[in-house]
Amino acid sequence: MTHASTSTSAPIATDGFVLHDEDRAAIAHEREHYPHPQAASIEALKIVQKRHGWVPDAAIEAIARELGVPPASIEGVATFYSLIFRQPVGRHVILICDSSSCFLTDYEALRDAFFEHLGIGFGQTTPDDRFTLLPVCCLGACDRGPALMIGDDTYGPVTPEEIPKLLEAYA
Amino acid sequence: MSRILQDRDERRPETHPLTFRLNDDGTSVMLDAYREQQGYVSVERAFRDLTSKTLIDELKTANLRGRGGGGFSAGLKWSLTMQGEGIPRGYIVCNADEMEPGTFKDRLLLEQQPHLLIEGMILAGFANNAYQGYIFMRGEYVDAARTVQRALEEARAAGWLGRDVAGSGWDFDIALHTGAGRYICGEETALINSLEGKRASPRAKPPFPGQSGAWGKPTVVNNVETLCNVPSVVLHGADWYQGLSQGKSGDGGTKLYGVSGKVKRPGLWELPMGTTGNELLERAGGMRDGHTLKTWLPGGGSTGFLLPEHLELGLDFDTIGKAGSRLGTGLIAVVADDQSVVSLARNLEEFFARESCGWCTPCRDGLPWSVKLLQALEAGEGERGDIDLLESLAVDLGPGRTFCAHAPGAAMPLASAIHYFRDEFERGVTRGQGKAHADPIPVGSV
Ligand SMILES: Cc1cc2nc3c(=O)[nH]c(=O)nc-3n(C[C@H](O)[C@H](O)[C@H](O)COP(=O)(O)O)c2cc1C
Ligand code: SF4
Ligand code: FES
Repeated sequence: MTHASTSTSAPIATDGFVLHDEDRAAIAHEREHYPHPQAASIEALKIVQKRHGWVPDAAIEAIARELGVPPASIEGVATFYSLIFRQPVGRHVILICDSSSCFLTDYEALRDAFFEHLGIGFGQTTPDDRFTLLPVCCLGACDRGPALMIGDDTYGPVTPEEIPKLLEAYA
Repeated sequence: MSRILQDRDERRPETHPLTFRLNDDGTSVMLDAYREQQGYVSVERAFRDLTSKTLIDELKTANLRGRGGGGFSAGLKWSLTMQGEGIPRGYIVCNADEMEPGTFKDRLLLEQQPHLLIEGMILAGFANNAYQGYIFMRGEYVDAARTVQRALEEARAAGWLGRDVAGSGWDFDIALHTGAGRYICGEETALINSLEGKRASPRAKPPFPGQSGAWGKPTVVNNVETLCNVPSVVLHGADWYQGLSQGKSGDGGTKLYGVSGKVKRPGLWELPMGTTGNELLERAGGMRDGHTLKTWLPGGGSTGFLLPEHLELGLDFDTIGKAGSRLGTGLIAVVADDQSVVSLARNLEEFFARESCGWCTPCRDGLPWSVKLLQALEAGEGERGDIDLLESLAVDLGPGRTFCAHAPGAAMPLASAIHYFRDEFERGVTRGQGKAHADPIPVGSV
């Protein structure tokens, strides 16, 4: 299956937001996996988010046009899924598992230590835009609880004392 | 990275079909190494000796039960999938959404042995006359996604996927789909909506996915571990597979069991289906020093609490069901003596409240209400009547009253926590009735 839209046509711009050529190609590639372009919505949002850190309104419009689906449908999807960010986030998103096995291995102490160390709570970003802190469902790392992710990296078990050292690698 | 805590010497092809190929150092088994160890031989056998019907019959006899938590017979599910003249070829969807609290087994298979899953999906495609497979993987499994993607490319290059699979004249391919959060995506009809690029709301059943699933076509949804069991059934037969459980269970095969919580050696083991909780706890090295066992969850956050005496039971679907809980995913979480069960129940219900899709009233309104009541009891500010209220909420959340099994999953740990540890809940009651919760939210049916 081929899609004509990838390389030859003009870039799609909405409110000054331009989908990067590489992203358009990546979205076109994802589309090929499905019988309907709407199925690539979540992948498209993730592709845009990977480049911009989050998904602004104008990007929703641009993705909707790229896939030929209504913006409301892309918006509905973007707001439903917890890992699609509709507001700016820090350079590194920290996801702390708050599910039961981590709870049993002292998640709450770890969470509180993060709050104190970073001076923010869940859903907040440090003033220097370095970190955003969010809770996440069981990370499938319960044998190493309490577990967390920073960006694409998974860690566990993490003790409160290890936090400063752990964060050093994330500028 | 997940680790199997059994040495290579213990993991034999005859007894450990899921893990015998795994490297002790946890690195991924890719195509060459996989092929050298009976990899894809079951596909060759199926093309040579089997039809869709004989394969499904074999699977039914093997009594491979769904490892995603429900325990539904895989062979029976496949036999109910529509196929034949005039019916469009559909999809095989692997549920790799693994978000059930306390569950870390599918991660191991995805990260370290992607070809076993691909092989199982090819057999599923063959048996169900599907033309396309999807692996629906949670977005956080970044390493697993990379490994699976690489394995898919290897399999395609070697002719195990794509046009004319292994010279059979039959086409079948698999694509990886990664998610973006939300536990409800793991519910099979919500998963299909999510795959289609929609919000992950569950669909009404019937029609079942096997009749009309993704894009209206027959769709088989199976868990990672379930699909990984299929190659060995096809290769060695139902009798052999039945024998793997060594008479410990009427269910066939082995199970990827695990232990988390305050034990000395948390981890994963492939053991005969029906292995006891005691043996698992022993393999996990027992409780950490200074702790004793108070209670445990047999297979995830949506299963009911059991007592230490239940550890002598074999961990299979029927036995744990009879004890009033569910096997679920079969990864047990142990609760130490100093852990408040009220707090743990609060943590679990917070999870279910946050992850509700909001469609049904008992689930959308009842769960946040239960969290409030539990928070009050935890803080020692509960009112007389709160415990009864929680119990009636658990009934409202129970089977048959909501669109999907999310709410019943939330009800089970709540009801069982109160059942076994009522005294702990009662200690949280310090007030008369009707002060703090004067305006309760009405909870009706859907
Ligand atoms: C709220 C909810 C979440 C679920 N999450 C998962 C999951 O992450 N993985 C999974 O395999 N099954 C999950 N299930 C079960 C699936 O609906 C379905 O029964 C299963 O994927 C079927 O595969 P199996 O028969 O091979 O177990 C979930 C069910 C519910 C109600
Ligand atoms: S039970 Fe809960 S999660 Fe399931 S459909 Fe109803 S509201 Fe949604
Ligand atoms: S409960 Fe935290 S990783 Fe599973």
